[in-house]
Amino acid sequence: MRWLSDDKLNHLRSVVSQPDFSATKYTFVKELGRGGMGVVCLAEDRELDRLVALKVINTPEITDDLRNRMIREAQIIARLEHPGIVPVHDVGTLPDGRIFYAMKYVRGSRLDEYAAQGASLRDRLRKFQAVCDAVAFAHAHGVIHRDLKPQNIMIGSFGEVLVLDWGVAKIRDDPRSSAAYQTGDGTVIGTQNYMSPEQARGEVDQVDERADIYSLGAVLAFLLKDQPKVSKATHAIASKATATAKESRYTSASDLSADIGRLLDAEPVSAYRENAFERTSRWVGKNRFLILLVLAYLLMRIFLIFTSRR
Amino acid sequence: MSKPLIGVILGAVLGAIDGLTAWFTPAVRDQLFGIVFGSTIKGIIAGVAIGFFARKFHSLPIGILFGVIVGAILAWLVAFMQGGYYFQIILPGTLVGLIVGFATQKYGTPATAN
Repeated sequence: MRWLSDDKLNHLRSVVSQPDFSATKYTFVKELGRGGMGVVCLAEDRELDRLVALKVINTPEITDDLRNRMIREAQIIARLEHPGIVPVHDVGTLPDGRIFYAMKYVRGSRLDEYAAQGASLRDRLRKFQAVCDAVAFAHAHGVIHRDLKPQNIMIGSFGEVLVLDWGVAKIRDDPRSSAAYQTGDGTVIGTQNYMSPEQARGEVDQVDERADIYSLGAVLAFLLKDQPKVSKATHAIASKATATAKESRYTSASDLSADIGRLLDAEPVSAYRENAFERTSRWVGKNRFLILLVLAYLLMRIFLIFTSRR
Repeated sequence: MSKPLIGVILGAVLGAIDGLTAWFTPAVRDQLFGIVFGSTIKGIIAGVAIGFFARKFHSLPIGILFGVIVGAILAWLVAFMQGGYYFQIILPGTLVGLIVGFATQKYGTPATAN
């Protein structure tokens, strides 16, 4: 009798744990990651000859509730047609009864990896603004993400920004989207460092768009933490977004995005009241080339006055 | 503020400053009012031309180049009519065109598409 080596046993285990796509139009390529309730795989769509990301339920016990959540997640993403939200292509069932859905496969890096690659503050703010716009779009469609964090934001290879993982999203005014239906009353969902206080307390009914704004503020704070020169206005935006009292936060993701836009355009932001010196410095910084040109003109004028007097 | 308006304001202000500096040239000091008036009008004409150009073409280098050319041509015309002071008139006039060209490309509301 021959014994199998550990390598072969591990290989067999991984093959057995792979989702069985044999009855679908997808061919398994590799596993991309695992979350709380699902596994995300890279697969090839044989009909359209393209790579897709497939999310499959991966828990020992697959309940109807879990199956419904998965379908709901796919439906939520499908209704959010926006360049900043990863599109869903397909939903289906595996031979073993597990639900899966196919999404666009995003090539690129997560926001935390992108920041670690040494992106400039300006680039980080631009990407962050794109995230705010995508979240604002979702909010306008009544969808609250509830788990925004750098790991759920992808920067594509062409600089496109995509918000992922809408698995714990809440739909406003949807009876099926009650706390009990999704998570059970008092269940804490989200990620510790990026979760609003009301979310961390498990007050699911209190969670609204401003919970996402808190998470966005925490994402902004993360993007700023290793930056050497960050203005007070930038910090003020992050502080306003992450205010403990949700009434003190931005009222919408669009407002937060607009403040980031003003910051990038060297205009005053709503989150920070600057003094006269700061206002002047900002104006000089914004118009330094024009000021240099006018100074050059005046210098040339003085030069001409002196030369014409000789 | 529209780009032509920025051009007019900047052209007029720099043109007026341009004219006022004639005070430092004793030979023409008695003609100061006429010089300031003419220089301001020249600045306004340059500003309008450069401002409308900026509304049509959105390119910083081309806008600056256009400003320099307009500024230089108008200044040359003035110097030609004066019959002298070519360097003292063309150099500042060109620089005013450059500044207005830069400012109208960089600032002001672009024309809305119909």
